[in-house]
Amino acid sequence: MTVTIKTFDRLADAANALSSERGAHFFGGGTLIMRAINEADPSVQTIIRSTDPALQHISVSSGRVELGAGVTMAAILAERELAFLHPVARAVGGPAVREAATVGGNLFANSPYGDFAAALLALDATAQFAGGFGQRELPLEEFLGRRDRGTSLVSSVAFRRPPTDVFRFHKVTRVHPKGISVLSISAQLPVASGRIAGARIAYNAMGQTPLRAKAAERALEGRPLDAAGIAPALAVAADGTAPVDDAIASAWWRREILPVYLRRLLLGAVHT
Amino acid sequence: MKTPIQFHLNGEAVATFVESGANLLDTLRETVGDLSVKGGCWQGTCGTCTVLIDGVPRLSCVTLAEACAGKSVETTAGLRRGADLHPLQQAFMDRFAAQCGYCTPGMLMAAKALLDRNPNPTRAEVIDALCGNICRCTGYEPIIQAVMDVAGSDNRRRA
Ligand SMILES: Cc1cc2nc3c(=O)[nH]c(=O)nc-3n(C[C@H](O)[C@H](O)[C@H](O)COP(=O)(O)OP(=O)(O)OC[C@H]3O[C@@H](n4cnc5c(N)ncnc54)[C@H](O)[C@@H]3O)c2cc1C
Ligand code: FES
Ligand code: FES
Repeated sequence: MTVTIKTFDRLADAANALSSERGAHFFGGGTLIMRAINEADPSVQTIIRSTDPALQHISVSSGRVELGAGVTMAAILAERELAFLHPVARAVGGPAVREAATVGGNLFANSPYGDFAAALLALDATAQFAGGFGQRELPLEEFLGRRDRGTSLVSSVAFRRPPTDVFRFHKVTRVHPKGISVLSISAQLPVASGRIAGARIAYNAMGQTPLRAKAAERALEGRPLDAAGIAPALAVAADGTAPVDDAIASAWWRREILPVYLRRLLLGAVHT
Repeated sequence: MKTPIQFHLNGEAVATFVESGANLLDTLRETVGDLSVKGGCWQGTCGTCTVLIDGVPRLSCVTLAEACAGKSVETTAGLRRGADLHPLQQAFMDRFAAQCGYCTPGMLMAAKALLDRNPNPTRAEVIDALCGNICRCTGYEPIIQAVMDVAGSDNRRRA
């Protein structure tokens, strides 16, 4: 069966088509959806594209960052103001993947993909939607919990820019410099008077979608980032996770190594 | 349903019809007749189908052909100038950087994308540029060496 491709100038029109056409999927950079088309996946009947420039929009102003859903990993790497996100964007595939892979597509990528989405979760991002259906803006955490239920078009994501040196990212992979995640950890670690105040930690590949490490966040509150201070957080590092066995690693292995890499990230032994 | 598209392939204007949902790899090979671009996985994972679109590396198997309308596409068929091989092609020969040769078109285009943008890459930058391309038989060292040979002499000494 051939797919029907529909291209719209305006995002709102693309969003309406996405929610009204049968078997319709939005086309970001295509690195995942093209696989389905190549395999003649019968669930992909219509492809909705949009040439709306809003999708490529990047704004970094007075503490707030907004990224159009069509912004690619390569575009993020080209933006100096987004240097704190460069290690994350660089971790998504090789150069040819990064030229196509979009922020919006990463929000829908199944585990073990989703490294960028997990970073956005740690950054407490919200997702904005195009079109007149449903809510216009959702916290990313809520969106990820119900992303498979809808056919909404994400137009952009937004978050507060973290203060310098507060955001950390580490990806564990078997192949270097590029490889699919065994897991990745993103964290915002604000420190006040030498103690953690309001940590936000997110994992990729520790569940079907990126998820928060809420038990570890709570255990870190008010504690210093030293070996004794982080010990309670490491003890609960895997609480609430539900990793799966896949070709990259077993669920057991993911749970075993998670505290090891969380420890390194918290102690500043790894930054990329 | 077929859609008419026009683009430039290695500097020459091409006008063709593409099947709805066709990828650029199949379009180049089966419709346009450029057999220099190879397919390995059709999943974006092996890198052998790498071409340049408007100067940047892209995996043609996961690129929608009709999204290439109006763009400039480069493949290895456009590398040599008459009888003269491109310096990268010559270096791959000199360094024995191809055994079965299956990965070679993708390696060449990924390397060209890097050198066009950064003629003096470090070894780490060469490795990063090639990291999406899988070679199963030559081994990566001769390929990295071949790219470093073409790169600026300062970095060659550092390699
Ligand atoms: C070789 C290779 C290596 C990879 N490595 C990594 C990696 O290390 N880490 C990682 O996280 N990912 C990786 N990926 C997966 C993928 O490239 C990325 O997740 C990418 O960000 C997906 O974006 P895309 O624009 O290509 O998505 P697409 O393929 O265009 O779309 C993916 C899904 O998202 C939906 N979608 C896309 N944009 C929107 C939108 N704005 N609104 C609503 N729905 C939308 C599509 O309908 C589709 O269902 C890799 C892929 C390949 C081929
Ligand atoms: S054929 Fe395109 S990446 Fe393998
Ligand atoms: S030369 Fe055989 S795969 Fe690279």
